[in-house]
Amino acid sequence: MKIGVVTFPGTLDDRDAARAVRLAGGEVVKLWHADADLHKVDAVVLPGGFSFGDYLRCGAIAAQAPVMESIIDAANGGLPVLGICNGFQVLVESHLLPGGLIRNEHQHFVCRDQKLIVENVDTAWTNGFKLGQEITIPLKNGEGGYIADEETLKRLEGDGLIAFRYSEVNPNGSVNNIAGLRNERGNVVGLMPHPEHAVEPGFGPDTSLAMRSGVDGLTFFTSVLNQVVNS
Amino acid sequence: MPKIIVEVMPKADLLDPAGKAVANALQRKGNAEITNVRIGKRIELHYANTPTEAEVAAAKQIAADFLSNGVIEDVVNVIVEN
Repeated sequence: MKIGVVTFPGTLDDRDAARAVRLAGGEVVKLWHADADLHKVDAVVLPGGFSFGDYLRCGAIAAQAPVMESIIDAANGGLPVLGICNGFQVLVESHLLPGGLIRNEHQHFVCRDQKLIVENVDTAWTNGFKLGQEITIPLKNGEGGYIADEETLKRLEGDGLIAFRYSEVNPNGSVNNIAGLRNERGNVVGLMPHPEHAVEPGFGPDTSLAMRSGVDGLTFFTSVLNQVVNS
Repeated sequence: MPKIIVEVMPKADLLDPAGKAVANALQRKGNAEITNVRIGKRIELHYANTPTEAEVAAAKQIAADFLSNGVIEDVVNVIVEN
């Protein structure tokens, strides 16, 4: 099961994402922004970071990269794609997901273990969760405020396209507490928090059981492996 | 609403990394006719009433002293808009 992890200039979390894929039991294929060849991967992760310096807008230049032309085509054909943080911004700038992400409402960079509610489990990346499950995933961003126009919000809410909502604290002023979205088909998911940082005991968020023992992020990667195996 | 619009650009002979990154992306997308991109700032100062001559002069001073850094940027335009 091959999962591509894309590196753009300025990507930071590609190695963490690759590690998460391996821990879930997948084989990692490194994809390079300038190479349009997806090397026959079964799914793609767009990791976090600050692609192309986030010049113009976060993710805007990355969305124009050769690898993205292939990913947009493949995603429209059903290839599972997960965008994490800057990867979510790239998905939005690629119009694979609607809306936009702006500077956090309080204007500070935020870094915290964030509680999320799983709002939709009918996707390639969330099928291992229970609907309504509360999970804890690290969040670290400066421009994570999700916005969309009224009509889009109505559609997102009405069609069940919200994948995750912030629980207890809205860390960045996102409308309707939106932390992550899915597309209509359920193969594309994007979120601001970082599941790849909660995949191995000893290195994840604290839980009530033990320090740093949170591994809720692993389910994203096992979900896609299950989906690929079953399809 | 009356406003004074200040436009600031990076100096022509200095590297503009944002402009260069955008230019590279445009070239890659086949826009060969675009030879360069430079990205600056447009800053709006809002006023309750039409700015007086003294206020316009003060805005120009603010543009030079605070809204731009003369070492790396130029104020290319100060426009009063009512």
